[in-house]
Amino acid sequence: MIKVEHVSKTFGTLEALQDISLTIHKGDIVSLIGPSGSGKSTLLRCIHGLEKIEKGRILLNGEELNPDKPSFHALRKKMGFVFQHFNLFENKTVLENCMLAQIKVNHVPEEKAKSVAEEYLARVGLLDKKEVYPKKLSGGQKQRVAIARALCMQPEVMLFDEPTSALDPEMIKEVLEVMKDLKTQGMTMVVVTHEMGFAQKVGNRVVFLDEGSIVEENEADAFFTNPKTERAKDFLSKVFYL
Amino acid sequence: MSDVLTIENLLFMLKGAGWGLLLALGAILIGGMIGILCAFGKTSKHALPNLIASIYVELFRGTPMLLQILFFYLGVPVIYQRITGMRMNANPYLVGLLALSFNSGAYQSELIRAGINGVDHGQWEACETLGINKVTAMKEIILPQAFKNILPPIVSEFIMLIKDSSLISNIGALELLYAAQVLGKQYYDYLSPLLVAGLMYLIITIFTSWLAKQMERRLALRD
Repeated sequence: MIKVEHVSKTFGTLEALQDISLTIHKGDIVSLIGPSGSGKSTLLRCIHGLEKIEKGRILLNGEELNPDKPSFHALRKKMGFVFQHFNLFENKTVLENCMLAQIKVNHVPEEKAKSVAEEYLARVGLLDKKEVYPKKLSGGQKQRVAIARALCMQPEVMLFDEPTSALDPEMIKEVLEVMKDLKTQGMTMVVVTHEMGFAQKVGNRVVFLDEGSIVEENEADAFFTNPKTERAKDFLSKVFYL
Repeated sequence: MSDVLTIENLLFMLKGAGWGLLLALGAILIGGMIGILCAFGKTSKHALPNLIASIYVELFRGTPMLLQILFFYLGVPVIYQRITGMRMNANPYLVGLLALSFNSGAYQSELIRAGINGVDHGQWEACETLGINKVTAMKEIILPQAFKNILPPIVSEFIMLIKDSSLISNIGALELLYAAQVLGKQYYDYLSPLLVAGLMYLIITIFTSWLAKQMERRLALRD
């Protein structure tokens, strides 16, 4: 479904991504993990075109995602993106947050946009908050709205950039539950995460990055029980406190 | 009390105050639109709009408002006549409105630019990931949030405009301060009209501040 081919990206002198190649299949739940600064968020942002790549290419359903090509806009709409810091529209209510892009981008009639928004808000358990402004929500609630907002655009893939890293510990689970529910719907997901439990139990594949390169790519269970590389072993031994 | 303060004379001053307020209102709105355009120009990646906006702002911020008013009233008709050969009778109220608007546009552009830059970059990125184009993002998300942040300085700008509208008395337009001077001259009593004019200015500006506070409170309900 998504093919990343020999992608490189630099920020000034920093080589953020070096010759990354990766294939994501339909229905996959891929966890991108690794230490801070390893390039996992950059990779995710490149896939959605938020960062411009310098070398290589990224394909979605066989078509190249290239900001200079006219197909870019339509292709990009097939991907939903969820940010670490939610980025809900602060001057719009929860319902308006979920309706705006439907109306302005997909030209869905207002009534229809509203019922779609309500459907997804119900699915993340926040229909009762639809008239509220984002500032009144807890972090976990904001992230659930952000997920609903992305889903309203009917994406084929969801990209999550550290969706629980900015949350209070007690709110992490409610967001992960929503993501787990997406799995049962067969949604393809790419998740940058530090939640190893989620990566192991919900994800089916793990891509481990370090210093801008993919160090290990493995089945989720195998990665956590029997990592192939020393670097991954070292990382896991430091992450899990026993 | 002085003989000056008859109902008729007070109405005369009120009319002047009305004109000043009307000009200030018009100028804050037209200036706001000019300000938005200039702010776009200044934040543009292209060199030309950037240059035009910069020159505009420096020109109108860097010369006295009174000079601008006199230029539009006395200078522009001369230029017009040189070019077209026809005479132009400048309407002092229209000239005042234009001069105040152009001047305010320069100041407001800087406020608006700061306001736009003050909106979290994540709001832009969220629009981008949802496929919302730049113009819609600006209109629906960025400007409303910027406006909320810059409302207090915009109100200050409005109050400045109410006071600066008194400058159009120099080109013979009736406004509050001019009315006070006319009455002073007529009755050989400047003190009472000036005090009343000051009081009227204060009533208008304090009421404006109060109104702005209410608006801020309503916008803050979203927080």
